[in-house]
Amino acid sequence: MRWAVPEAEFVDPGTLGCQGCGGALSMRLVLKEVGDDAIAVLPACCWSIIDGPWPTHALRIPVFHTAFETAAVVAAGIKAAKRRQGRDTTVIAWAGDGGTFDIGLQALSGAAERNEDILYVCYDNEAYMNTGIQRSSATPRGTWTTTTPDENPEPRIKKDIMGIIAAHRIPYAATATAAYPEDLARKVRTAMEARGGMRFLHILAACPPGWKVAADQAIEVMRRAVRSRVFPLYEVRDGRHYTITYRPEPVLPIEEYLGLQGRFAPFGADPALVAAARREVDDRWAWLEEQHERSLQPATT
Amino acid sequence: MPERLLLTGNHAAAYGAMLSRAEVISAYPITPQTMIVELLSELTASGKLDATFITVESEHSAMAACVGASAAGARTYTATSGQGLALMHEMLHWAVGARLPVVLTNVSRAMAPGWSIWADQTDILSQRDVGWMMLFAESVQEAQDFIIWSYRVAEQVHLPAMVGMDAFILSHTAEPLIVHDQSAVDAYLPKFEPIYALDPEDPRAYGGLVNRDHYFELRYKIFEAMDRAGELLVAAGEEFGEVLGRRYAPLEGYLLDDAEYVIVSAGALTSNVRQAVRDARARGIKVGLLRLVAFRPFPVAAMRRILAGRRKVAVLDRNMGPGHSGIFAAEVRSALFGSSSAPEVFDYVVGLGGRDVRVETILEVLDDLITRDDPEMALFVGVKGLPIGPIRKEAEVLR
Repeated sequence: MRWAVPEAEFVDPGTLGCQGCGGALSMRLVLKEVGDDAIAVLPACCWSIIDGPWPTHALRIPVFHTAFETAAVVAAGIKAAKRRQGRDTTVIAWAGDGGTFDIGLQALSGAAERNEDILYVCYDNEAYMNTGIQRSSATPRGTWTTTTPDENPEPRIKKDIMGIIAAHRIPYAATATAAYPEDLARKVRTAMEARGGMRFLHILAACPPGWKVAADQAIEVMRRAVRSRVFPLYEVRDGRHYTITYRPEPVLPIEEYLGLQGRFAPFGADPALVAAARREVDDRWAWLEEQHERSLQPATT
Repeated sequence: MPERLLLTGNHAAAYGAMLSRAEVISAYPITPQTMIVELLSELTASGKLDATFITVESEHSAMAACVGASAAGARTYTATSGQGLALMHEMLHWAVGARLPVVLTNVSRAMAPGWSIWADQTDILSQRDVGWMMLFAESVQEAQDFIIWSYRVAEQVHLPAMVGMDAFILSHTAEPLIVHDQSAVDAYLPKFEPIYALDPEDPRAYGGLVNRDHYFELRYKIFEAMDRAGELLVAAGEEFGEVLGRRYAPLEGYLLDDAEYVIVSAGALTSNVRQAVRDARARGIKVGLLRLVAFRPFPVAAMRRILAGRRKVAVLDRNMGPGHSGIFAAEVRSALFGSSSAPEVFDYVVGLGGRDVRVETILEVLDDLITRDDPEMALFVGVKGLPIGPIRKEAEVLR
């Protein structure tokens, strides 16, 4: 495949990210497409740390740190002010899964419902990693975290954030991961072209300490999430038109995704968990294929 | 030419935001504040006010939107009440730490449960230590003017400000209002020019990690800025008089010259105190009124000077701080502490949840003040079946 990711860099070296941080890499890739006429809003999340302590910071765009649950609405406020100044600066709300699926969901829903002209990026590492690996509503069933220990792993399936976002009928939403940088870059580009309304990117971001994988396996584990269909790559236009953007062939057995990560140790002790996870993944994929097929049909109205 | 209209306190606040040329307004409906944002929506939609109105999904988001817009260099305004102000609490802190001169109007309403939409200042006073300037309007005119006055000082010290007005008694009461000439307001309140604003050409990070080497100094600078705000409020209040015809000050005295007894009050309740003071004067009682216009910054020195040598002081608290006293009284006592000629301060908790505080009620308070020896911590006025006095653990007041 042709390398289609711009060479420009907007993240300076020396961030405080952990080795192999999927969140740091995601920011680097996203900004390559967004460019420098942008402002980042960071609620409480790993990136509150990664950008570095005052008076240094790693991003070559302005950063506004804000409270945990406010990324979307603070971005909307900044956008309103910039527009009044005659500037079409891209305002990026950059939040983790806790700040998106959980505490920030209300403000996110409000911004999506109003179709605010912002780019919302959720880098999802599937738990509260910055506070030391506590479960969030993005944590998959069967996962170990410090609040869902081995004896009582996460009992509920991961919240369907893309379904929630799609229900708001925003112009563009997509899933992506840094293991597929061309796909990610193209989606950021599409999101930039959809300016004028709300854009949402759901980026799976490996967390070596929280997922209990070696730092040099971070890309591999994100790739396996896609190849096993655990994290399908797709996009949704106007909340209705679905496109699967990558079909893994052959499909990787889910065990090869789960087995790479210490956080999924409870699966080893309970074969029923593996079977349930496989069923969820298959159901989800079948549903996505249906949506994809439906979206190819000419509009009936 | 200034316009003379008959308007409610709520609509006057909307005019205050309009005259101040608020650029980004974000708000959420809550009784009894809603009329403010309704009128601002109309003024914005009709083009009379050139602003961006963001109709958010909560008060927390209202303040967050103001924080974002202010950080990007816009003059921002919101209005709320009671529960809404409480929900904003976290972002009230954020506006201070980020040094953003947001201005809001809080229509003071009782905190639930039980549900009550009536006047009670415990909501705004619960925000005492967040670092916002706080002014209390007594009239419809002040509900408008204090917003303009607030922006003038807030943007000089980079601290936010809130203007308090009492539910219904002021928010829904129509009084004659002078709507200032826009060019005169523009002369008084120049365009907001922040020292720093979010700008891709100057890619700074705001509000990030500070370690133990810097946080203390940042807080110190907030304290220092609030101290400066005290002097600037006085100067800007004088200038308001020169430019816009009405002089304002952090404290307002009424018939204080020879007063042996002083009643301290804040907000709309004060108008009844004025009448009570006149009535008592007619009976030969040497009493005066000291109105607290600015609560933050608290005018400590002026209060010490004005109250020195008086016989007794009554503080009217339409609020309470359980486990201590009314909140205004605690502040007045603190300001006077250590002064050799400080009078004793009697705290009268009145009118919680909008119960009427009539001129006669205040005259009863004055009679009690004159005869009572022990100020106790707090004296309750008008609890059913109980005379004015401290809590009585044995008495049943509600069955």
